[in-house]
Amino acid sequence: MKELLLIVSIAGSRVALPAAAVESVVELESLIPVPRAPNHLAGLSALRSRVLTVIDCQRSLELGSTNLNDGKLHEAAVVEMDGHHYALTVDAVEDVVEALSDPAPIRAAMGDGWERVSKGMVETEEGPLLLVDIVALVAGPGAEARAA
Amino acid sequence: MDDLIADFVAECREMLEALGGEIVAWEANPDDRARLDSIFRFVHTVKGNCGFFDFPRLEALSHAAEDALADCRTGRRAPDATLVSAVLAIIDRIGEMIAAIDAGEELPEGDDSSLIDALAPGAEGAAAQAATPAAMEAGLKGTSTPRTIRLSVELLDRVMSGVSDMVLARNELARRLREAPGEVEVDGAFERLSGIIAEMRDAITRTRMQRIENLFVALPRMVRDLSAELGKQVLVDIDGGDVELDREMIEMIRDPLTHIIRNAVDHGIELPAERMKSGKREIGLLSVSARQSGNQILIEIADDGKGIEASKLVDKAVANGVIERDAAQKMTRGEQLALIFEAGLSTAQSVTAISGRGVGMDVVRSNVERIGGVVEVDSTPGKGTRMILRVPLTLTIIPALTVSIGTQHFAIPRSAIEEIVRANGSSVTLEKIGGAGVATIRGRRVPEVALADILGLPSSMEDNERTLVVLRPAGGDVYALAVDRIHDHEELVVKPAAPAVMATGLYAGTTLADDGSPILLFDPAGLAQVGGVRLEAVERGGRGVESAVPVNSNDVPVLLFRGLDGARRALRLGVVDRIEEVVASEAIRPSAGQLRVQLGEAILPLAGVENVDEFEGKVRVFRLNDGEHEIGYAFREVIDLMNIDREVIPAEIPGAISGVTLIDGEPAELIDAHWLFAEHLGAIVRPQTQLVCRLPEGDAWMQNMLRPIVEAAGYLVIGENDELSADVTIVSQGKDIEPDEGGRILRLATDPDAADGEDSVYRYDRAGLLMALKTSSAGKR
Repeated sequence: MKELLLIVSIAGSRVALPAAAVESVVELESLIPVPRAPNHLAGLSALRSRVLTVIDCQRSLELGSTNLNDGKLHEAAVVEMDGHHYALTVDAVEDVVEALSDPAPIRAAMGDGWERVSKGMVETEEGPLLLVDIVALVAGPGAEARAA
Repeated sequence: MDDLIADFVAECREMLEALGGEIVAWEANPDDRARLDSIFRFVHTVKGNCGFFDFPRLEALSHAAEDALADCRTGRRAPDATLVSAVLAIIDRIGEMIAAIDAGEELPEGDDSSLIDALAPGAEGAAAQAATPAAMEAGLKGTSTPRTIRLSVELLDRVMSGVSDMVLARNELARRLREAPGEVEVDGAFERLSGIIAEMRDAITRTRMQRIENLFVALPRMVRDLSAELGKQVLVDIDGGDVELDREMIEMIRDPLTHIIRNAVDHGIELPAERMKSGKREIGLLSVSARQSGNQILIEIADDGKGIEASKLVDKAVANGVIERDAAQKMTRGEQLALIFEAGLSTAQSVTAISGRGVGMDVVRSNVERIGGVVEVDSTPGKGTRMILRVPLTLTIIPALTVSIGTQHFAIPRSAIEEIVRANGSSVTLEKIGGAGVATIRGRRVPEVALADILGLPSSMEDNERTLVVLRPAGGDVYALAVDRIHDHEELVVKPAAPAVMATGLYAGTTLADDGSPILLFDPAGLAQVGGVRLEAVERGGRGVESAVPVNSNDVPVLLFRGLDGARRALRLGVVDRIEEVVASEAIRPSAGQLRVQLGEAILPLAGVENVDEFEGKVRVFRLNDGEHEIGYAFREVIDLMNIDREVIPAEIPGAISGVTLIDGEPAELIDAHWLFAEHLGAIVRPQTQLVCRLPEGDAWMQNMLRPIVEAAGYLVIGENDELSADVTIVSQGKDIEPDEGGRILRLATDPDAADGEDSVYRYDRAGLLMALKTSSAGKR
């Protein structure tokens, strides 16, 4: 069986997240900001009795920012990494599709932010999509600089 | 020895049970490496233990099986069906023997050579049949039901987190109930539920607790081996093994503790000859002790060795580029010693096999800090070194104070909070010195930082409207944190935050508030660091200032406040230790004859309360101190800090008010602190001229019935042969006894008619008895 992908749109682009890594899709209500935290870390939110660390994907990709405190509900994909739960804010969650191919390198030049989180291109019934590396998305723009 | 055998049997049984399935699976697939490994582990364990216990048959069997399996593991031999059966036969035989040991029987006589031979490559599969009856026999014998069961820590953790969630749900429910006051029955039922949950949480927390003895028990042996290897003599003194600690915590401190002890033996304690030369006993002393202090466990490791030379550490640190030369000169001794925890430092002359490779103490510190603990070092060259590990009692539930900046709430661990003062309070002044904030709280200078500045959050509040939370990070010195508002004390279930959040260094974790919204828990030491507070240096300066506050002055500084009944009162500032705020319904209750208030860990008599119904919600309490004892004084609000310059009109009768004076143009009652202490501590503090009463020791009636009355009347009770001279000697009517010098004799009559009401009293005439005791004491005074 081929890998299932969750199609979401981030900063106006349709991209794919590995569906197996996504625990659920939630609507974020209010956020508690974390002072002094990295810019892309939008804050904390609660899901039942769990604390979610909210990652603003737009800021993580350096493609703008999401206004999360405008009183509207924002969709987010919940993923787990090393025992911590993260909510990745997305513009919209669209569909779950089957991957028709393994990720293949994209040879055209991508935008800076996308380059960093790219795991390659996958073919789906809806055409080729960028497969996003969730770890890189959570780590945010500063991660490479810090590691270096 | 019996305990050890019981442990051995229990362990084997457990492994046998677990092996049950493995054996079958291995039989089906002899090439399965994982199964092979677990069976190997079993025979290996049995072999290891047998040698210790002198069970030669078991040892021979397990040894043979181990050899054969080891061959399979290294690939020298391929496991086939014959080998599998032979190994299984041996395992069955082992099970049978263990059953016999458990039942306390002698090991049955028998020959295992056929089983062992069957292991040899190419042997016949005859042994398999031999095993069957043995296995059945073992099964039939049965054993008594075990009194304990083993659970996986994972399961306990699941229960624990379930209970944590339950606490959160309860908090949420409590909030809803407060918002919409419902029926009394609902509240009652909720109270009961709440109580049960609290009890359950305690119980489940305790299941995770383990005596620290488990950690300590291996130490003497370790130290013995180490000191033998190094040619030293070390005596280990272990104390406090019954202190209980979260089992996970025990595992986490095992390595740091081992490391510190290794260091102490290797570098701390000198060789016997050296010790003799410096006038010490040949045998070095290493003491390891554990005790509980609040919600922390303190583990102290002290040796009487050569100590750490701070200057050497500094030189080394400078040489290794850990610190700059000029920075080193500004360091305090405490900071210099703390260099031992920097990476790449070791003062040992030579690298030994035991320690001294320069890795270690930094790992110790980071391991301890990872679990929210602190390690401190104190050392006197030539005298010895003391290391203290402070670790939290549990990993998960922390009592905390919630505060806010603007609209956002945060939590501060209560263990770090020393006191809370209002920035505009009378005993506090705020100054900016070269841009740095300094708060002077009752003459003590402490560095002050505004939380809003540290966090970079907007706050419209003026500096002097804020509240100062005086924090003492574990092991560090105090600083004041200015927050906008103080909210509530809560028990928070703390969970680690995401790495990116922790990386800021400000937070110790996240938690959920009553209303379900996330709250960040601060790390007080991290806050200070980010806020740029140098913890040690400033406090030193502060101490100097404190002693410079004039003590003897004509103006008497008093604290003007409004009592619970609304009256303007004044209290001499010198007796007020600090001001605390408590929730009346929780902390204040009548007990042992008077109203008492709980402040932190102390329970103090509470004055200033006319009517218990005056309390609502929170009450502020002065903590009064006479140098030895403390009492609390409840009040409504502080008005100001003033000086008394007018005449005091003394009160006519002695009481809580010593007089009235004009302060700031209005009359105020002056509290008589002496009277307060005399009144509220009367029962605690014995009068200096203690009255003594001699009672016959052998008389059960006197000891059981009379003694409490005599003691309640203020007498010290002694026996017939005690040397003290008694003011009163009580004897039964008809017994002759010499009175002590200056004392009197009181005879107790069993017959009312025999009593004359003076020197002899009917023994159930309580009033008469008390009167007689009182006249004696009056005579004395």
